[in-house]
Amino acid sequence: MAILIDQNTRLICQGFTGKHGTFHTLKSAEYGTKVVGGVVPGKGGTVHEGFPVFDTVAQAREKGGANASMIFVPANFCKDALIEAIDAELELVICITEGVPVGDMLFVKRYLAGKKTRLVGPNCPGVISPGLAKAGIMPASIHKKGGVGVISRSGTLTYEAVNQLTQMGIGQSTCIGIGGDPVIGTTFIDAFELFKKDRQTKAVLMIGEIGGSMEEETARWIKKNFDKPVAAFIAGATAPAGKRMGHAGAIISGGKGTYQEKLKVLKSCGIKVAKSPAEMGKTLKSVL
Amino acid sequence: MNVHEYQAKELLKSYGVPVDRGFMVQSLEEIAGVLDQLPGPGYVVKAQIHSGGRGKGGGVKLAQGKDQALQQAKNILGMNLVTNQTGPGGRLVSRLLITEAVNIDQEYYLSLLIDRAVCKYVFVASTEGGMEIEKVAEEKPDSIIKIHVDPFSGFKNFHGLEMAGKLGFSGDQTKQLTGIMRGLYNLFIEKDASLVEINPLVKTKDGRLLAIDAKVNFDDNGLGRHPEIMELRDVDQEDPNEVQASKYDLSYIKLDGTIGCLVNGAGLAMATMDIVKLHGGSPANFLDVGGSATAEKVTEAFKIILSDPNVKGILVNIFGGIMKCDVIAEGIVSASRSLGVKVPIVARLDGTNVEQGRKILAGSGLKIIPAGSLNEAAKRIVAEAESYGHSN
Repeated sequence: MAILIDQNTRLICQGFTGKHGTFHTLKSAEYGTKVVGGVVPGKGGTVHEGFPVFDTVAQAREKGGANASMIFVPANFCKDALIEAIDAELELVICITEGVPVGDMLFVKRYLAGKKTRLVGPNCPGVISPGLAKAGIMPASIHKKGGVGVISRSGTLTYEAVNQLTQMGIGQSTCIGIGGDPVIGTTFIDAFELFKKDRQTKAVLMIGEIGGSMEEETARWIKKNFDKPVAAFIAGATAPAGKRMGHAGAIISGGKGTYQEKLKVLKSCGIKVAKSPAEMGKTLKSVL
Repeated sequence: MNVHEYQAKELLKSYGVPVDRGFMVQSLEEIAGVLDQLPGPGYVVKAQIHSGGRGKGGGVKLAQGKDQALQQAKNILGMNLVTNQTGPGGRLVSRLLITEAVNIDQEYYLSLLIDRAVCKYVFVASTEGGMEIEKVAEEKPDSIIKIHVDPFSGFKNFHGLEMAGKLGFSGDQTKQLTGIMRGLYNLFIEKDASLVEINPLVKTKDGRLLAIDAKVNFDDNGLGRHPEIMELRDVDQEDPNEVQASKYDLSYIKLDGTIGCLVNGAGLAMATMDIVKLHGGSPANFLDVGGSATAEKVTEAFKIILSDPNVKGILVNIFGGIMKCDVIAEGIVSASRSLGVKVPIVARLDGTNVEQGRKILAGSGLKIIPAGSLNEAAKRIVAEAESYGHSN
């Protein structure tokens, strides 16, 4: 079954003709994802790399039957691109772009309320359901189809985790990078709710990091609402306070968002936390 | 990005927030002229550095009369100011703000920021002005007042009335407070701020509300559309290596350990620091080369890491996704050749084009130690750095 994307996904790329948009859309298509084209304002009616280009998301939906979008447009244009995709009532929008101003995301997050669209990201590697479809920038080869859901605020650290799982022979149902920004679409809890209903998913690996309180809120929610086994890793045990650690959301400020606090709450909610990033796979295996 | 107090106050003023009268000076010669423009006889001389806790560090002094003000300015300008936020190195004071001394009746705290948990703006206020808000939160959590603002509605007068009621204001002060909050909100939205803070906001003996100290931080992701804010940047207040790194789009933060880390991706970079520590070493830095590193960027990253004299070894940890391992490998080889790197390098590459990458490293003739796994890489660099440290 998997979640978010599968063989029924009909993907478009907003920002298709850019370098990264082109490269990763082609890679997603190569993986088997049904790509129906791209959206580039002013280039509607043309063909790029064998795929049709539409002027607007609504046209891509109408003429191409698109139900999902992957966004690569520059950060300052993301707000408009997101609103457009939400207004076109796409089911899923994945925003890969990094550097979207947080004020723009506050608006979009509020705009999403009550709408039909689910947003993943921004500043994320995207989503892959191994063996079914991929909409993102992750290296496909490290994945293997199976029963573990992976949710992460990071990109490459997720690849590390997935690689560990695959090398141990443990496959994944769906891997979601929810993004490293302070305000994001799909949260950990949102993703857990989907995994809860997914029969393919037997266990979940959650990869968090310092900053904010999403991991703590999620742990409390898991304790009450989630029956499948969960293992976790939190990055940033050695991060100093007050410094933005690459991700806009990874900052300890005002004594909040520390590793110690997150570890404490996760453990108190019965979640097994890998001490070392080299043991993410092993820790997940131990809870199966 | 941070700005100085005097810059924050100028911004606040332009949004209709009343601030105390004052002037920024960079030399002692300017002071006499500035003092003439202030009412006196009380003055405040304030060091302008990007740090809180300036008063405790001796960077803020009250003066009676012009002579004393000049004397205090002489003491502070050019001093190396150490606060609880600067680290032991402190910061050189090259700018002063000279303000009038205000007759204070009461002090308050007022700030505006984003509440990540509910995805709204939030005004935070307290009757415990002048104290660090973190301390207030710890010691008197009940005195902290929060008023959320929905990004769709924006700031409305009722938000001000609500806050005024909770702070115990009435009449004209309610009106003043509402105006101040509206100013903070408009500044925050229009300039892509991430924090606007007035601490203290004071009520003067004659009933006026005034910002006596102010801080504005900006969302780095929004700076691209605010060239006027970019102009306020004072790179002297930043770590020179962090400034250099930002020119190459590298995310670098200096730490005090001995093992340099060069990693792609912020999460993996943090995790790499963590695993170095777990194996008994200590990371010298956080460094994320980003998603699209070139050989040039990798060389620059090496330069920045090596400019830290404490570095006794470098751990390269790359998981190729967008980034290809062979490109990184070429970058490592050319950087270690052109820079003549002496410290041991352990390189752990995985992901896209890993085989080509490993071949390039092995065939380079350089002593770059390959590692297959994260664990192995961390263990190895800690051992190598230790023996390098002993022999040098």
